[in-house]
Amino acid sequence: MLLLAFDTATPAVTAALHDGERVLAESTVVDARRHGELLVPAVDRVLGAAGRALADVTGVVVGVGPGPYTGLRVGLVTATAFGDVLGVPVHGLCTLDGLAWAAGEAGLHGPFTVATDARRKEVYWARYDGPGARVTEPAVDRPADLPGDVRALPAVGAGAALYPEHFPDRRPDPAHQSAGALAALAAHRLAAGQAFLPPLPLYLRRPDAQVPAGYKAVLPT
Amino acid sequence: MADEPLVLGIETSCDETGVGIVRGHTLLADAVASSVDEHARYGGVVPEVASRAHLEAMVPTIQRALKQAGVAASDLDGIAVTAGPGLAGALLVGVAAAKAYAYALGKPLYGVNHLASHICVDQLEHGALPEPTMALLVSGGHSSLLLAPDITSDVRPLGSTIDDAAGEAFDKVARVLGLGFPGGPAIDRYARDGDPAAIAFPRGLTGGRDPLYDFSFSGLKTAVARWVEARRRDGQDVPVADVAASFQEAVVDVLTRKALRACRDNGVDHLMIGGGVAANSRLRALAMERCENAGVRLRVPRPGLCTDNGAMVAALGAEMVARGRAASTFDLPADSSLPVTEVSVPGHTHGGTHTHTHEVSEGNLYG
Ligand SMILES: [Zn+2]
Repeated sequence: MLLLAFDTATPAVTAALHDGERVLAESTVVDARRHGELLVPAVDRVLGAAGRALADVTGVVVGVGPGPYTGLRVGLVTATAFGDVLGVPVHGLCTLDGLAWAAGEAGLHGPFTVATDARRKEVYWARYDGPGARVTEPAVDRPADLPGDVRALPAVGAGAALYPEHFPDRRPDPAHQSAGALAALAAHRLAAGQAFLPPLPLYLRRPDAQVPAGYKAVLPT
Repeated sequence: MADEPLVLGIETSCDETGVGIVRGHTLLADAVASSVDEHARYGGVVPEVASRAHLEAMVPTIQRALKQAGVAASDLDGIAVTAGPGLAGALLVGVAAAKAYAYALGKPLYGVNHLASHICVDQLEHGALPEPTMALLVSGGHSSLLLAPDITSDVRPLGSTIDDAAGEAFDKVARVLGLGFPGGPAIDRYARDGDPAAIAFPRGLTGGRDPLYDFSFSGLKTAVARWVEARRRDGQDVPVADVAASFQEAVVDVLTRKALRACRDNGVDHLMIGGGVAANSRLRALAMERCENAGVRLRVPRPGLCTDNGAMVAALGAEMVARGRAASTFDLPADSSLPVTEVSVPGHTHGGTHTHTHEVSEGNLYG
């Protein structure tokens, strides 16, 4: 098994190779504005570091968000295109689940909350009973509007770091999304025969589109 | 001619997901998925709606184009993509897709300019472009007069609109007349039954001291709106066909007059017209008439190749390959305001140390 994983739903552009047992190589660069420029070079770097060829990859793992859309789409279209050329399955995973898995690797076990930055003073969030056990659907809300018990839990992710007043029990790790953790989660799910999400974005918001008000007259009325 | 370059082109600068495949000057496939219907109710292209549609359509449209062309992706000599100008989020989907295919297939990637592609597409219709080529590009996003001594490396802007694009004026006037979006085809249709001389609408920037090759359509649009509103305010019917015909005549009169002036001043005996507005029947007819009178040969691709499409990007990509132009590196950015003078976006060099992306990629899949 050789999994190529990447995620572009957060400010991190992260890619990793995983052989089913362990992470062979990982590259994580934090640059929220250059996902499109950094992703393929990152994939190339991890393949080079692991001494493997793209043709050896048996499955592509991709974070499907939620996350700011422009960057998110880079990962998804890249994953779908790789899947098409290589003829291998593309496994979608919730980006928050990758962070939760990384939190488990960092030693967080019981219930916790994952929150990422959704901009516009909102966070993407979900509640977990443990690293592999999400118990709510991913959602987008103002931090103050999250249920009190969710906010009181240990919290990881940039959303928690950004709104310390709403997340008193913040944990520093993981600071960023890690494709290595995402790949490890995928390997775990494959071994357990669990399903994946289709490689389609979790947008959670409708597109910003105001229907223009009726035609505006140029003559004074 | 099997040794001509086989190139796949991807275009996502606006609301069409276009994928074309060409071999040299021969069009093999032109697959388009359009989100125009989703934008119609907004009265204009909504960037986020366009980006979402591109993501959904991208890979299926590539697969459809390969099937249409009857070629395998592994046979391609290169992948070309619109790197700009256009809507940033929309461009990014196409650029990311092009990179993924080029990287996975071990093929060179060519990030090219949308405007130069609009010109180059005519090679699929009328063979090699004359050098230099004079081109009038008119669409909802651009109105430019360009002189191209070499379509792969040297495109010079002579003039462009100082306010609205010509296609934008069509959309706005169509909205004034209640004809829906997009406005170009609707105005064209109504104008056929109208009198182009019924109303004397202004010709922008045609005075003796105005810039010779620049355009302005904002004043015209306002003049049409005022005329229509005045009629409505007086309780009179609006002669939609006459307004459409007179407005359209004002636009195409200025476009063709300035384009022919540019040909004459620069000693160019060919005129290429491209972009969505080049599908307008009156523009085509008047350009033909005036070119004949001036002894200029007119080259206008069929309407399907004038609007945004992937074949035009493939056509420029094939020309890049044929002329041995440098490929792009895999850190190619999408540039929403890419200047027309940058026909292609070759690789970044970081203080002499190239990224190793390209070298590594060659050995990735096919040895
Ligand atoms: Zn265009």
